[in-house]
Amino acid sequence: MGFFNRIAAITLKEFRQLSRDRLTFGMVVMIPLIQLLLFGYAINNNIRNINIGLVDEARSFASRSIVDAVRATQVVNIVRHYPTVQEAEAGITAGEVRAILVLPANLDQRAANASQSQPLGQWLIDGSDNIVSSALLGLRNMPLQELQRSYRPQASPVFEAVLYFNPERRTPVNIVPGLLAVILTMTMILFTATAIVREKERGNIELLITTPLRSLELMLGKIIPFILIGLAQMTIILMLGHFVFDVPINGRPIQIVGATLLFIAASLTLGLIISTIAKTQLQAMQMTVFVLLPSILLSGFLFPYEGMPRPAQYIAEALPATHFVRMIRGVVLRDASLDNMRADTSFLLGFTLVGLVIATLKFKKSLD
Amino acid sequence: MNNISIEARELTRRFGSYIAVNKLDLWIPRGTIYGFLGPNGSGKSTTIRLLTGLLTPDSGTVNILGLQLPAQAEQLRTRIGYMTQKFSLFGDLTLQENLQFIGRIYGLGRSVMKQRIEELLTLYELADRRHLLADELSGGQKQRLALAAATIHKPELLFLDEPTSAVDPENRRDFWEKLFDLSDSGTTILVSTHYMDEAERCHYLAILEAGVKRADDTPQNLMANMDANIVEISGPNLRQLKQQLLQLGQVKSVAQQGVQLRVLVDRAVTDPVSQLRRDCVGLQPSHQFALVRPSLEDVFVMCTGDRS
Repeated sequence: MGFFNRIAAITLKEFRQLSRDRLTFGMVVMIPLIQLLLFGYAINNNIRNINIGLVDEARSFASRSIVDAVRATQVVNIVRHYPTVQEAEAGITAGEVRAILVLPANLDQRAANASQSQPLGQWLIDGSDNIVSSALLGLRNMPLQELQRSYRPQASPVFEAVLYFNPERRTPVNIVPGLLAVILTMTMILFTATAIVREKERGNIELLITTPLRSLELMLGKIIPFILIGLAQMTIILMLGHFVFDVPINGRPIQIVGATLLFIAASLTLGLIISTIAKTQLQAMQMTVFVLLPSILLSGFLFPYEGMPRPAQYIAEALPATHFVRMIRGVVLRDASLDNMRADTSFLLGFTLVGLVIATLKFKKSLD
Repeated sequence: MNNISIEARELTRRFGSYIAVNKLDLWIPRGTIYGFLGPNGSGKSTTIRLLTGLLTPDSGTVNILGLQLPAQAEQLRTRIGYMTQKFSLFGDLTLQENLQFIGRIYGLGRSVMKQRIEELLTLYELADRRHLLADELSGGQKQRLALAAATIHKPELLFLDEPTSAVDPENRRDFWEKLFDLSDSGTTILVSTHYMDEAERCHYLAILEAGVKRADDTPQNLMANMDANIVEISGPNLRQLKQQLLQLGQVKSVAQQGVQLRVLVDRAVTDPVSQLRRDCVGLQPSHQFALVRPSLEDVFVMCTGDRS
């Protein structure tokens, strides 16, 4: 009885304090709202409207129809016409354009001798940004229906491909569930860590340790409000993602809440461990950033796990965010269940249990 | 054993090579106000933390209210109250919410707690401020709130660590009135302080210095049994005279107090006034002498061996 009453006392106190702390309270709602709208629109892997230059040495009907076809893809935006290749290259160096399409003087001849399989023109690409350059490399094999009809035999692809779950290949479908992981990492770790360190800074801990309150009760009581906050943030993000960005919510609610709760628990224990190490709120914040940055960059939220070298994959595997990004994408988009993703589920469970033991041991009630 | 509240034997605590508390013996009867008087860093706070079970001693035994520390520290929690040196309640909660929180932690039932909070708010004259945030209170009000919180569960033993260091003299007097009321109703109070007037109000007093207990008795006995007589000298050139007096072997300490010097002379000297007149070369006929009663500050100076 005493155990639950004391936890309830702490939780009630936390809610009262939170309701007076307008800034934190605002952050709880505003962080997911703003970040989702910002990143949902801003992060996009389907590149469009790349500024390019054109060197058209052919000036023929064929060259004009090729340029029209390239323009019609909407991938590029022809902003410059250069008279010579040299001037065009200077344009790339100066950053005026990302790439140049060179159509040689003998274009019509090349098109006519299709059997020699000579390329019609050439792309000169600024390769310094991989994502931009691969979008342009994708134009190498673009079909030119007008020309094909007149000159070239129809080439049939080797494979047929079917895209499941996101056939239109829209980025928000991938980003929104991942963003849930990033926002929860940030708020859950930061809020718990600072909430406890703040009491150390203000001397409240000195009062609490002389009372019958036990460390575990204090920790659980402090965690409960943040679990509810985490669930509220999850609701905001998924609702907004569904109605603004048209992200399909294919998973069952119970599975989504289950996966999120597992991740919240893991993040909160990490916050607790940080709070036992940090002496000031500033230190707690710095340590949170230390965890947050790899959680954004290595978790698979922005860059696919498969593309990372082995050592980076090992680091990624140690981060709760990596497992949650996999789980929440699986659950939300593919209607996977926690049981389907047993490896990630058990990692988060284990992480929480081990973390809770470490935090309770480290947070000793005596001042020794 | 029933009338002993705290019994400590050879209590020792080190921090690295620094000895904060050195072989301290304590024997505190129930229902008394017991004071720890000592300069900063003399081990007052460390001793209180050892006695509340917040720190574990390196050696020595502690028995509090019949419980052994540190083994039975958790059992002790509901029977003691502790008021920290710094205000440590929650500034962003109201008075009432603070008291409710502490009451819940101590496991008070709903109706008991409601009644107890009303009692405390009235007793400590805070009833009209119950909905103010603790941060909005004055120093004296904060102090009374902290005392209310520390006594909400009616502890048998109350620890106060420099309770009035942030409070003006009038509030300090009021505060002590409340302590006497608590003591009168049977609560044992252990209070640390570096204010002489506060120390003088205690039933018993221990003078600590560098982790060692130098003296331990009622303030009256401490003053009466002092190893020195007090001579006050007034007249010109007090600064030079002070240096000359300090050269003399029988002079324990000299301190200037406004227009006079307060000289502590060894008790073995039977007639200190004429002795000083004879031995001190810088004296002029205009210097006035008076033999006065010792104060607690004199006891403190004697115990801590301060000659300046």
